[in-house]
Amino acid sequence: MYSRAYKWIVSAPPILWVGIFLLLPYALMFAHSFWVVRDGMIAHEWNLQNYAKLFQNPVYLEVLFRTMRIAAAVTLLSLLLGYPLAYYMSFHANMRKDLLYQLVIVPLWVSYLVRGYAWKTILGSEGVLNGFLQYIHVTKEPVSFFLYSPFAVVLMLTHIYTPFVFLPLYASLEHIPRNLVEASQDLGAGSRATFFRVILPLSLPGLLAGATFAFVLTLGDFLAPLLVGGPSSIMIANIVQSLFGTAYDWPLGAAISVCILLLTISLLFLTERLEKRWSFR
Amino acid sequence: MTRASQSARRSPLLGIYALCVFAFLYLPIVVLILYSFNRDGVGGFPPKQLTFAWYRLLFSDAAIWDSVLNSLLVAGGAVVLSLTLGLLAALALDRATFPGKSIFRRLVLLPLILPGIITGLSLLMFAVFAGLQLSLATVFLGHGTALISVATTELFAGLQKIDRAQEEASLDLGATPWQTFWRVTLPNLKLSLIAAGLLIFTLSMDEIAVTFFLIGRDNTLPLEIWARLRRGITPEINAISTLIFAVSVILILVWYHIRTRTTGKEAQELLERP
Repeated sequence: MYSRAYKWIVSAPPILWVGIFLLLPYALMFAHSFWVVRDGMIAHEWNLQNYAKLFQNPVYLEVLFRTMRIAAAVTLLSLLLGYPLAYYMSFHANMRKDLLYQLVIVPLWVSYLVRGYAWKTILGSEGVLNGFLQYIHVTKEPVSFFLYSPFAVVLMLTHIYTPFVFLPLYASLEHIPRNLVEASQDLGAGSRATFFRVILPLSLPGLLAGATFAFVLTLGDFLAPLLVGGPSSIMIANIVQSLFGTAYDWPLGAAISVCILLLTISLLFLTERLEKRWSFR
Repeated sequence: MTRASQSARRSPLLGIYALCVFAFLYLPIVVLILYSFNRDGVGGFPPKQLTFAWYRLLFSDAAIWDSVLNSLLVAGGAVVLSLTLGLLAALALDRATFPGKSIFRRLVLLPLILPGIITGLSLLMFAVFAGLQLSLATVFLGHGTALISVATTELFAGLQKIDRAQEEASLDLGATPWQTFWRVTLPNLKLSLIAAGLLIFTLSMDEIAVTFFLIGRDNTLPLEIWARLRRGITPEINAISTLIFAVSVILILVWYHIRTRTTGKEAQELLERP
């Protein structure tokens, strides 16, 4: 139905644009990771030195593991908050569903910076939480460890990613045919058995998608540690950022970026396959 | 059915838990708004003495409004660029076949999936490679390119809902493909285009991770706030954050209503993530 010319006109511009402004930049990232810095200049000498450094210097692996621990904590907490919420809305909210859904959507799209900043004002040693604790006489002195700790990073990112985790979970719960749930109950299963043997298994694809979002997005975050984290919660992307800034070693920074990129893509690939396998449709 | 309604009644704990999650999601925002009216600054409890002083300070703060203007320029440009290319990409994915189509689809969506720092740094290296001076133009290029992913996803979903028979009829009745595009395809996509545009605008106004590496001398609003946070926090930042929050809520709700009208509730899982 569509002519050759039509197909050419719609495909050529985006292919060209994406080729020049996305593919080429990503390729440059790969190329840089094989180059070196010599006398403050990037020398185009192809080698694997940067990748070797990553494994020789324990600092990088240590920070990577810390990042993964933080990402795992954020993922777990977001699921703990997001799953019951999604379950409640899908099975118990009835008429209010639409309103509640919009209430979750709003914080999802509201500025990352605004929400991060809010936590900064709450957790600071002269912040709102400390003021509140002193007001109700729980503490006498301001508590300083709320802010600038891995705890603050986990809290802030959990706040940001809970709605992300919620969305696919809610979608997968909404897709569960209600007659399956009724059949389970009619056949004598209690509500606990129905949940663990019918609802939970059927919601696994959504759970996996949500968990992947939270984990992957945390993995590449560098703003939360700068905003509320402090030196004890430096994450892998902060190292990249400083290598591209003051430390000026773009090739090494590129090598770490490539590792983050590969880690992200392989995680997404893996979970996509698992989702397909667990999906009942 | 009676069982289901029984179980609905038997879950006060779950309801309370859901309420707590909502409290967790909204409490920081409420605190933020509350303290923008607090005379004594950000902190301390309870907030005392309502004042609009911080808003007055904000409205006379030229640097902030310059950055707002910069953000509006970048976001406006990004909407036009990404909608144009996203529309073509969605049409190509929907209607054309070409070698490497699945690679192209994945590549377009990559900025949606990858951490912002990777896309930002890649574009920085490209800017240096191409000899571009970092400025608002490079930020616009970055936003416009990264957000093609959002435009493509949204418009592809819109295209799937279009009845192709209308286009076929138009072509059969003698309209040129060009006329058919302007008079049939585009009007059918109008709501999807508005919805995608709103979303892209919101995301661009808020973007930090990519902007961080592409910014020149002129700041966008988030970067201006970011720079001020390094110097310490004042309720003026609460005031601007409150305004950002209010504007985003309006845009998001408009977007949501258009979105549910165009694609129906079943397609909501497509919305996935920014």
